Amino acid sequence: MEEKEYTGVLVFAEQKKGDIHKVAYELLGKGKTLADKLNCSLMAVVLGHPDINVKELVYRGADKVYHIEDEMIFSVPDEVVYAENLVELIKDIKPEICLFGATTFGRSLAPRVAAVLETGLTADCTDLSIDDDMKLIQIRPAFSENILAHIKSDNYPQMATVRYKEFDEADRDETNTGEIIKINALKSGNSLVEVIEEISNENINIADADVVVSAGVGIKSTEDLKMIQELALLLGGEVGASRALVETGILSKSHQVGYSGNRVKPKIYIACGISGAPQHLAGMKESGIIIAINNDPSAPIFKVADYSIVGDIYKIIPELIETIKNEELRVKNY
Amino acid sequence: MTIIVLIKQVPDMEKVKFDREKGRIDRSSAGTEINPFDLNALEAALVIAEKTGAKVAAVSMGPPQAEESLREAIARGADEGILLSDAKFGGSDVKATSSLLSAAIRKIGSYDLIIAGIQTVDGDTGQVGPEVAGILNIPHISNVESIRDFTEESIEVVSNVWEGQYLKRGKYPLLMTVTKDVNVPRLPNFKNKMKARKAEITKWDCSDLKEIIDESRLGVKGSPTKVKKIEVPAQSQREGKIFKDSSSEAVLEMLDVFKKSRVLNKEV
Ligand SMILES: Cc1cc2nc3c(=O)[nH]c(=O)nc-3n(C[C@H](O)[C@H](O)[C@@H](O)COP(=O)(O)OP(=O)(O)OC[C@H]3O[C@@H](n4cnc5c(N)ncnc54)[C@H](O)[C@@H]3O)c2cc1C
Ligand SMILES: Cc1cc2nc3c(=O)[nH]c(=O)nc-3n(C[C@H](O)[C@H](O)[C@H](O)COP(=O)(O)OP(=O)(O)OC[C@H]3O[C@@H](n4cnc5c(N)ncnc54)[C@H](O)[C@@H]3O)c2cc1C
Repeated sequence: MEEKEYTGVLVFAEQKKGDIHKVAYELLGKGKTLADKLNCSLMAVVLGHPDINVKELVYRGADKVYHIEDEMIFSVPDEVVYAENLVELIKDIKPEICLFGATTFGRSLAPRVAAVLETGLTADCTDLSIDDDMKLIQIRPAFSENILAHIKSDNYPQMATVRYKEFDEADRDETNTGEIIKINALKSGNSLVEVIEEISNENINIADADVVVSAGVGIKSTEDLKMIQELALLLGGEVGASRALVETGILSKSHQVGYSGNRVKPKIYIACGISGAPQHLAGMKESGIIIAINNDPSAPIFKVADYSIVGDIYKIIPELIETIKNEELRVKNY
Repeated sequence: MTIIVLIKQVPDMEKVKFDREKGRIDRSSAGTEINPFDLNALEAALVIAEKTGAKVAAVSMGPPQAEESLREAIARGADEGILLSDAKFGGSDVKATSSLLSAAIRKIGSYDLIIAGIQTVDGDTGQVGPEVAGILNIPHISNVESIRDFTEESIEVVSNVWEGQYLKRGKYPLLMTVTKDVNVPRLPNFKNKMKARKAEITKWDCSDLKEIIDESRLGVKGSPTKVKKIEVPAQSQREGKIFKDSSSEAVLEMLDVFKKSRVLNKEV
């Protein structure tokens, strides 16, 4: 049977400047569950500089790590070069399941790989499991997040991109053993597209923050934004924004939360002067606790909030800041 | 110079109904529109065409009524529309869709730049652009947020990828996918509306493309991914506590929430 040809779960471990993206550890965690069920091995592949510490992937549960090495070519996001090398490896090792993090790069790269391998690809999954027939069930939101589709693939490898922060990271265990296989990169490369420079990597990582305090066009100016920034700072969080606010230029696009911005899932999300359009909700409705402050009692954001505060942000936020500061003083002097 | 814009007709998402009991999507009452990101793709093409004199062809796979979207594209400034429609194309996943679009692009013959939207609002995979590039074996640049410069040979764009913004220069042939930020789409004007009304939309079905692509690669047959089930999740149950009149009560309770979640300054 053709199917027996394909075995093992392969995780693409994305790296930038030698740092492995945490979604790879999440995929190894989930991948382990799948591999145990299928009774097959768990593998990871890294494309990057020879010095990258790929052992970390063994500590996170990979039985085998393929390290496709080159000093240069993997230091920029070049989908053509990455795809060419991945396709070669996948054709060679024939995994039955192949998982990519649904990062901007993963979502750009995986379809190229799938196209050349002539196999199916399920986008942006939020859950994975093994069905009775030993095939992968891939669950993903679609229709602008209104539904969840259960998808299965007929071909091998069964490929999927998987959303960041859906699964727990695999536990780290330095006693884990695994094989590390070094491979020299193919370099036929990409002569058509040149990566000129990285123009910003504004290090705000709102996808990783425990608290996100977001502002909508209820905020009128850069000056007014200061109270939002102060609140975020007090709570050890990051500042988010609605698209409408980003469009005013008060905050940059990297702060945008929503369908065409960042998807966030913090412990606490505070929406300040945001109406709660479906496209905004798509990026934050999975948050742990949602607090909304809005002076319009009929604002749709209140439908998804745990705490709906009907009132003026210009009054409530300063009060909140004041109260937190007093509390800190009280605790300090205690 | 020829620019191909990929356009999908999608339901108006504000009006689509989701049946939770039956796990069904009811589009019957919703109108249709051009996928919002594809309007940005079209606008990008028109801006380039204005300077270079390029020809802009809009291509869409869909049911016969997707012809309306192509007319709308012409009304907004495209030179021609090509509709790929056949009952045999029904049920296409990304792979089958991309194979068909690539076959049509090959049939068009010469092209320099292909522009797609970053994703659709219905199927929502965001995979068609890069897959088409993969099949045609040309490079792609995804998530393009702005176009810095272009000529008849190459284009310089900002791509939001790999946790950063990268300035990339691509020589044609090239495919790029664009976001909402790349531009503000123009509206149809009177002259183009007249043109659109009279325009002849090219229609290709399975037999028109049979020299280039085998039927087994299209539609359900050519689609490895199958949607087995659709769930319409319940709106998540939230505490739903409302504070209307007393901001001090709200503020104190929020302080409690912050304490319980242990997010107050670590020194505290
Ligand atoms: C609930 C649901 C889930 C699905 N999940 C998957 C999945 O995980 N994997 C999979 O392979 N398929 C999936 N499909 C099928 C797939 O969504 C579409 O059928 C496929 O035709 C187009 O994909 P898309 O809408 O996701 O396009 P996207 O990849 O999101 O579209 C990106 C761009 O490609 C261009 N484009 C897309 N479609 C067309 C078209 N018909 N004509 C012209 N240009 C076009 C447009 O420029 C568009 O902006 C799913 C379908 C449904 C209903
Ligand atoms: C394809 C597409 C993709 C999109 N992607 C995104 C996305 O990724 N993210 C996103 O956010 N949007 C997105 N949008 C836009 C979205 O539809 C909304 O337009 C946007 O979210 C509205 O932003 P807002 O809530 O800041 O503004 P508004 O809708 O104008 O709301 C402002 C709110 O502030 C309140 N307010 C005003 N002053 C005060 C005050 N002093 N005190 C308290 N409350 C006050 C008002 O009552 C109002 O509810 C997208 C749209 C489309 C079509």
